[in-house]
Amino acid sequence: MIPAAFDYVRAGSAEEAISLLGEHGDDAKLIAGGHSLLPLMKLRLAQPSMLIDIGRLSDLSYIREDGDHIAIGALTRHHDVEHSDLLDQHAPLLKHAASHVGDPQVRHRGTIGGSISHADPASDLPATTLALGATYVAQGPNGTRQIAATDFYEAFLTNTLADDELLTEIRVPKMQGAGWSFQKFNRRAQDWAIVGVAAWRRNGDAGIGLVNMGSTPILATSVASALAGGASVEEAAEQAVAEADPQADLNASVEYRTHLAKVLTRRALEAAGS
Amino acid sequence: MITLGQRFTFEGGHSVEISVTINGAQHTHDVEPRTLLVQYIREQVGLTGTNIGCDTSSCGACTVHMDGESVKSCTILAVQADGSDITTIEGLATDGQLHPMQQAFMENHGLQCGFCTPGMVMAATSLLNEIPDPSEQDVRIGLEGNLCRCTGYHNIVQAVLAAAKAGAPA
Repeated sequence: MIPAAFDYVRAGSAEEAISLLGEHGDDAKLIAGGHSLLPLMKLRLAQPSMLIDIGRLSDLSYIREDGDHIAIGALTRHHDVEHSDLLDQHAPLLKHAASHVGDPQVRHRGTIGGSISHADPASDLPATTLALGATYVAQGPNGTRQIAATDFYEAFLTNTLADDELLTEIRVPKMQGAGWSFQKFNRRAQDWAIVGVAAWRRNGDAGIGLVNMGSTPILATSVASALAGGASVEEAAEQAVAEADPQADLNASVEYRTHLAKVLTRRALEAAGS
Repeated sequence: MITLGQRFTFEGGHSVEISVTINGAQHTHDVEPRTLLVQYIREQVGLTGTNIGCDTSSCGACTVHMDGESVKSCTILAVQADGSDITTIEGLATDGQLHPMQQAFMENHGLQCGFCTPGMVMAATSLLNEIPDPSEQDVRIGLEGNLCRCTGYHNIVQAVLAAAKAGAPA
């Protein structure tokens, strides 16, 4: 399948990409690795009239320490997240989740910024960064702003970036020794999760993100509250779907997804320790 | 090469000139921006060893190396590959000698119909580049992006382990 025709421009800087976005608005799409966008374009589910290629903005590919956060450039590939020593030390949950994205070939091309801004509830990294309390940095014509992950996911494949904003950085708080677990349930090795759970726990605090349990990635705040209130892991996991709105598809019914979310949340909390 | 900031429209038949090194040889062609890398390699460069399987970045039949790493060429635009160094299955054998990975696939019966084999071999050589001495589990996980409908994978895994043991270069 070959995508419908489009105009192509290779941006030389973030500013140029933003200016082109401002000029062309909704008709233009940014492309980095292209591993979320190109499949949609082949199926005509996306038909941008212009592609702005930001894949060569190498100054947006980095992983560095920044106080109590780790800052990850939006153009950083899953492969680089998966093999980062800095993330191994300070955000091992994110490093591990990145190793579950697609397959090695996909991870050689796909970027963390592409995955986050694509806002697919079935993707591993939106829910994982949500669980970790991440902040995303967006650059627009008037400068940059920080968006809490909790304010970023608006609807299915829809984020709260303005038409002329570019996601430039993902900021993840250091995990400071928190226990963690990433549970991904799927039928084939490389598939999207039918349901996934990313969780961390430290001294009574916890963060739990759910993959593919609604039209957006879900932060399971009721589970964290239950744990903070002294509930057992079993009791807390029963709250797994309180914020979720699972949909039925070819892989699973609503009932099955609900069951999986509770089981995987319990397993994740057990594996993460207290 | 494309100049940064230069805009290409295809209305009226304008196309983009790209230059790519494939198996050590420089190729320069005009392509439509929507041309997929696999289509470019097969139809414009004429190297048909790289197969199109699922065309949805699932099956891995189209795997080539781009700047030394395995990628799925059905999910990359040719314009994105402009300036890169590509290796396809045709680039592995030297002077009529099969690459050690190809030899290992042959000796271990790592193929039956052969359709997945070019992609499988390219994924396997990229894997050994990253993990020169893999465990069986490393190989199974490392090849999760490649589907084979004939072998049940067992002999493919054996072939990759044998190639690693023989010290196959990537």
